[in-house]
Parts: sequence; structure tokens; C-alpha cells
Amino acid sequence: MDYLDFAQETVSSAMRAGAHEAEVFMQTGSEFSVDIRMGDIETLTQASYKGLGLRVFVGNRVAFASTTDFHPDVVEEMASDTVELAQVASEDAANGLPAVGPGPLPHIDLVDPNIQHLPAEDKIDMARDAERAAFDFDTRITNSHGAGFGSHTSARIIANSNGILYSNATTECGISCTPIAEQGPEKQVGSYWTAKRFLKDLESPMFVGEEAALRAVRKLGARKVQTQKVPVIFDWNVGSMLWGSVFSALEGEAVHRGMSFLKDMIGKKIASDLVTLTDDPLRPWGLGSMPFDGEGVLTKRKTVVDKGVLNLYFYDARTARKYGQEPTGNARRSYGSIPSVGPANFYLEPSAISVDNLVGEVSEGFYVMDTMGRGINIVTGDFSVGASGMWISGGEFAFPVQEVTIAGNMLDMLHNIDAVANDIKFISSVVTPTFRISEMTVSGR
Amino acid sequence: MEELSGPPFASAREEGDSPLLPKADIEKLLSVALERGGEFAEIFIQRSKSASIPLEEQKIRSAAMRISMGVGVRVICGEKTGYAYSDNLGMESLTEAARVAAHIAHSTSVERPVRVNARLAPDYYAVEVNPEEVSAKDKSRILTQANDAAFAYDPRIKEVDVYYADATDETIIANSEGLWVADKETILRMMVRCLAVEGAISRSGSYGGGGRIGIEYFNKVSPEEIAREAARMAVVQLKAVPAPAGTMPVVIHNAWGGVLFHEAVGHGLEADFIRKAQSVYAGRIGQKVASELCTIVDDATIPNARGSYNIDDEGTPGERKVLIEKGVLKGYMTDKLNARLMNLPLSGNGRRESYHDVPIPRMSCFFMEAGESNPEEIIRSVDRGVYAKNFSGGQVDIASGNFVFTITEGYMIEGGKLGAPIRGASLVGNGPDVLTKITMVGSDLKLDPGIGSCGKGGQSVPTTVGMPTVKVSEMTVGGTATE
Repeated sequence: MDYLDFAQETVSSAMRAGAHEAEVFMQTGSEFSVDIRMGDIETLTQASYKGLGLRVFVGNRVAFASTTDFHPDVVEEMASDTVELAQVASEDAANGLPAVGPGPLPHIDLVDPNIQHLPAEDKIDMARDAERAAFDFDTRITNSHGAGFGSHTSARIIANSNGILYSNATTECGISCTPIAEQGPEKQVGSYWTAKRFLKDLESPMFVGEEAALRAVRKLGARKVQTQKVPVIFDWNVGSMLWGSVFSALEGEAVHRGMSFLKDMIGKKIASDLVTLTDDPLRPWGLGSMPFDGEGVLTKRKTVVDKGVLNLYFYDARTARKYGQEPTGNARRSYGSIPSVGPANFYLEPSAISVDNLVGEVSEGFYVMDTMGRGINIVTGDFSVGASGMWISGGEFAFPVQEVTIAGNMLDMLHNIDAVANDIKFISSVVTPTFRISEMTVSGR
Repeated sequence: MEELSGPPFASAREEGDSPLLPKADIEKLLSVALERGGEFAEIFIQRSKSASIPLEEQKIRSAAMRISMGVGVRVICGEKTGYAYSDNLGMESLTEAARVAAHIAHSTSVERPVRVNARLAPDYYAVEVNPEEVSAKDKSRILTQANDAAFAYDPRIKEVDVYYADATDETIIANSEGLWVADKETILRMMVRCLAVEGAISRSGSYGGGGRIGIEYFNKVSPEEIAREAARMAVVQLKAVPAPAGTMPVVIHNAWGGVLFHEAVGHGLEADFIRKAQSVYAGRIGQKVASELCTIVDDATIPNARGSYNIDDEGTPGERKVLIEKGVLKGYMTDKLNARLMNLPLSGNGRRESYHDVPIPRMSCFFMEAGESNPEEIIRSVDRGVYAKNFSGGQVDIASGNFVFTITEGYMIEGGKLGAPIRGASLVGNGPDVLTKITMVGSDLKLDPGIGSCGKGGQSVPTTVGMPTVKVSEMTVGGTATE
């Protein structure tokens, strides 16, 4: 089956059934994953999948349907059912496809042909090597949640009644390792992973295993500290949670409805001078890169926060029309969902300073390596999560800490960022270098 | 009109066969899956249909329907699992999937014919008004009722979102032990989120309800009462003061409060974590692991509860199990793989998100049994502490036993009385430690309202938590207000 033709044909079906505008978003792909534990294969999964989402507009009303069954009769009937279903929705003048026709698609390098040809045995070995490296790193590594290798090849297609027909393919691969360190009755887990578009860009299995082991061993002997207000450093591995929440607070819909602590802030200072946030969908090899967004809008690089000053909020076609803005190319979706605003490659710009400098300047403080829970409120900016990591005393790591929380208000946290390091790693669509906040409440004993 | 065409799958349960994938084909696939010497093979066939309707800013924003269909093939050899799935139900694709799953085994090819026999799944609950037979228009009226009730609750309610979703899941599970069982499960839920505004202060509140039940749910719990609860929480938050920071007694309100035990002990009793000696509760059967006030149960048979099911996703009937009795650890929650490797009984806890996933041990309805204390007496017993009433979720680190859960509605307790509402905050504790600090247990056992899901290993499944009002003598409260 030619999926490009099928996508266009489905748009036509919906138009014949009475839609005024229609759009198909399709995904196909195949995945491989292997979990190794204590040297042996635990689970090996291999499969391919497909799915199609259809959005129809009838007048100013919208409905959506999705299916994994591509039988032409099923899809044709779905098209007419979806047109009928639109009668349930309220009229809203903001509904409709983006008001753009086809344009030249930027090329981004996102496919590694080597992934498809890599033998399963090599993939299994990478996971096995990572776990072995963790065990070899320290005798206190006695157990393991396992190590894994995963790879994913996928394609997405969008076709709509404005004549847009785009497709792009991507590959992804990753190695993870989660060893357990033991000392007496105490068990501590450490976790590390690398993920990239290209195999050659992955960190080595040995590095992944050793880094995971270090993170487990370092936690042995962890204790609670007294409740106090101190500087808090967010390791690059956990700091992205703050930027993910900031992104949510910058979604146009939330902002205009008064449901964001960052409402009414365009042109204003929302963070310290050290904070420059970029959303770059065109980044070569980026895990969040995409030449077109989930409704066929061509994407572009945006400086979202420039030295602490907010430049823009994010909009898809509907919210842009509603609030008199331009779509920012941030419509994200899977075939099974209606588009919603989301990040491409959203990151805090790194500095030239090393993490050692950030730690060295702290007399008493907390270096956070893991967080737990999602006590984050986008409306108020209240932030409160469980945390573990290292206590800093006299500019050095003193002892491991666990079973505490860190809390503050996100707007204060953004203004109080007083140092940013150089250690960014692009392992996800939201990433950050390590950064320091001059004061937060650490709650413990 | 939301009915999609497709094979007449629904009758499978009664007739003991399905035209979607006839028994003879299933038997063939199981034989292929065992070709390389696997010890166990299983075919999981699933067809899901779901519908959802969001309401925002007084408007039905859209209506959506989804259909997904696929087959998962699993082969077990020792501790190894091979898995493959396909959304193409043709025998060619499925045979390829069976071969891929078989690949983890390494013996020479042996022809092993498999015969399966229909077994009837238990039927723990009735669905009176099947959501598939109710028009989207009628469902949208439920959302409008909720919306109107939220706005009518208080003039300070300025924004209301309502979300409704239902799903019907039809499954056939067959395996090389000769099992063939079909099931059909229905689930629905509605969520309401409100924003209250007073001057420059904005606060949100959310609440919901649902279960494994049909549209008759809304005759038992009205859309209006769900909406008013969300609105009430938003309005209460307008007066909230910063939550305290530090260690203090915490009284946890019934129902949703059960998230405490879900995190503090529930995950740690799942057999995979036990077998791999990753859980702090491994090797502790028969030992005292909690205060004697604690009796903790996992029960998949509670009628209409969101976490219940007729059969788990390996075809084992759902069960009720007492896991901790008066503080003493009695058992673990198992799936087939771990039960076999550990020589434990099957408990009907092998669950998966969909045909894309391998089943793993999961909770169903996990709750603490009622005690004898009067809930008001429990609050009176605290001189200075926190009363936690509503929650947004939690997380646990299995190895260390450290866990958190986040309160979205809470109050100070001063001199045995409820004081000011506090802003949202996370509470942190260590599972085995907190279990010994349960010093009072109320008589008011209640399950959560039926909207929870639990994530593990990248898979999300519907679950229920529950408990009576409980006092924990000491926990760390993660606010910002230091003394």
C-alpha cells in the first residue's frame, strides 16, 4: 500500500462525505528493544505498527477519529462517521486547518540507515556491555534493574484539503542501565541513559554502565538533612523537569485563559540574565526535530526567552486564530490524538563554566541528582518535589542525601538562577545544562 | 453512529470462538511460537474502541472516536521472554510475529501441536447502559450539566474544563497450556477542572469520577456533584497559605489517600521486584512489616471499581488477596512468569496496557481495611500537623523504599482542630518506616472516585486506591514555610 496515496484518498473520502476541510496524520514504524538483566536476555520485543488519525471540519465544528485498521472499507466508513460526529461539537470560528498551502520542506538530517542494518546480536551486546561495566565499576553493585538497548524507525505523513502532503522519516536509538548498589540492608538505584538519532553519536555502553553505577554507589549512606533554605543545584539529568513545566506555562491557551503563572509577561523579565531558552525544531540530529508540525505548519527556530526576557508564547492553528497570533509550528501529536502545543528541541543555552565551578562556589547547599513526584502547579507556579542527591559543604560533595523535598515558587526560582554550566546533553526534546538556584526550601528533619 | 464496522467480535465471549481469529489459526500460531523450544506461548488479541469529548470555555470543543486492533505473541523460555505484535491480523503477519517472538529460544525445531479449549471468564459486574449505544450528543449533555454546575457553584469560578472518555476493550487470550478465554470490559471517566479567581489570585481545583461501568454511573454520582467538588477545591485554595516545611504528624483523609499505600508498599509487593530482590519487602513473608493496625488487600473483584477486572491480561481470573494482615506480610502479587519462577500461586495480577506490551505484575484495587477510630478523633489527637485531603499522585523508588505523594488540598491542624488551607506540596517518606508509624486507623474506608491510572515500565493501567482516614505519627512535609 502506498501510504501517501492512502492518506490523500482518505482526505478525499472525508470531503466527499461532506467535510469542508479534512486532514490525515499517519504514523508507521518499527521498534526493537532488548532488556538484559544479570547478563541474560530478559525481554526482547520486535514489532511494527501503523495508525491513522483523521480530523474533519464541518462549518466551524470539528471531530476526530483514529484507527490502526487500514482496510479501505473501514476507513471510508470512518470518514463519513467522523463527518457526522462533528455535529456534536459547538461552533467555534477558531476551528480550521492552518491557513497555509504547501511550501518547501527544510531538510534535517534525522535518519541513520545503519540502525536498520545493525544485527540484533550487536544490539544485545551493547546492553550486555553496559550492565557488565556497571558491575565491574564497584563491588557494591550487587544487583540490577537491568540494562537495555532500543531502536526505533518511523515515518509520519500529513495530508490535508489545502493541498499539503508532507512526510518525513526518523530513526532513534538508545542505551540505558539501572544498577543497584548495596551496603548492609541499604539498597540504592542509579540510572543513566543515552539516546540519539545516529548510532555513532551514542555514548559508549561502558560509559553508560559506569555512570549509572557511580550514581548508585554515590547514594549509599544517604540521610535526611535539617529543614533549611540553601542554594540548590539541578544536575542536567533532572533539571529538564523545570523547563518542561516552563514550556507548559508558555502555552498560549493556558496563558490567555489565566491558567499560567507566566501570563501577561511578553517583553518582561521572567528569569535572571543567565536564562536564554531556545526552541529549535530544525536542529540536525535533534530528538525533537521536525520539518513540519502536527498540522503541517513549517517549523522555525525561536529564541523564547532572551537573557531573562520573554519573547513569545506558543500557538497551534486554533489558538493562534483565537488570540490573533501566528502559529508557532509547535503542534505536536500522535496519530491517535488531536494536535496540542508541545516542545520541539527546547533547551536552556549552556555557558562556558564547568559544573565544578557551580559546586565550588557553594558553602552549604544541595546538589539534586534525582527527583520524585510531580508537585508542580502551572497556575500558581508552586513547585514541591521529592529529591535525592549530594550535600555540598565548603564547595565539595560532603555526603549523600535522601527523603527530602525541595520547594519554591517557579517564578522566584527562575529569577534566582545564579549560575549555568556547560554540560548540556541532547538526549531528549527538553534538555538543560546543570544550573544553580540561589535559594530554595529543603525540607527534611 | 459511533459504531465502527468490523468483525462481530462481541459474541465471542458466549460462543467460544471468534471469526476475527478462529481457534484453528490460534492453535497454528501457538505451534509456530513453540517451534524453537519455548516453554510457554501465548496469543493476546485485542480490539479497543474509545470515545472522548472535551468541553472548554462553555463549548464542546470536539468529539473523537478511536479504534485499535492488534495481536501480541509472547514466548517464554526460562527467564527469557520474546515478544512481538502486529496490527495486521492476516495469518502471514501473525506467523511472522510468532517466529520473531520464538527467536529467544534456541532448541532445534520440534513439531508441538497445541489444542485450546474455551473457558468462560468470570463476570464480576454488569454494565447496564453500554456507552457504545449512547449517542455522542447525549454524552455531551452530561458535560454541559457538569459545566453549568461548576459555574453556578461560586461567582469566582471563571474557567471550567470538562473531559469525558469511555472505552470498550474486547480481548481473547489463548496459550500453550490449552487456555482460550474471551472477555469484554467497559470503562469510563469524567474529569472537571476549575479556575477560581479573586483579585490577582488564581487557583485551580480538579476532581472526577468513573469506573468499569456504563452510563448509569451518572445516576449514582451526578455530573453536578463531581463539578461542585472541583469548584469547591479551587475556591478553598484562594485562601491557602504556604505549606509548612519539616517533619510533623500527618492525618490522611480516606479514599484518594490510599495513594500513600500504593506507593509505600503496593509496588514493593509486585512479584517481579521480589524475585529480583529489588524490593525492600523481598524475603519477608511471615514477618511484621507494618503496624498491627494495617490490613492491606488487593481485590480485582469489587463491582464497577476502575481497578477491577474479570480476568487479568494473561487470562487468570481477578481475585481478592489479603497481602498484609494486622501488620504481617502474607503474600505477593504475581503474574504467570514470576509465579512459575518463584513457585508462588497465581494471583491474577498480570496486566498490560495493550497488545504492544508484555504483561507484568500490577495492582488492581489496592486498599487498606477499615480500623476502629472515629475520623474526627484522629484529627483531635494532633496538636500541630497537616491534614491531607486530596492528592494528585505519587511515585516510589523500589530499591530504597523512598516515596512521595502530592497533596492538592490540605489544611493545617492546630490544637486538634482544622486550620487554614495550605498550598499544594509533596510529602516524602520511606515505605517500611512509614508503615510502622501508622498510629490510628479510621472506620471510614472508602475507595477513590475512579479516575486513577498507574505507570510502571512505561505502561499505564487503570487502578483503584482506597483507605480509611489514617494518622502517620511523623512524615516530612515539603512546603516552603519554615519556622
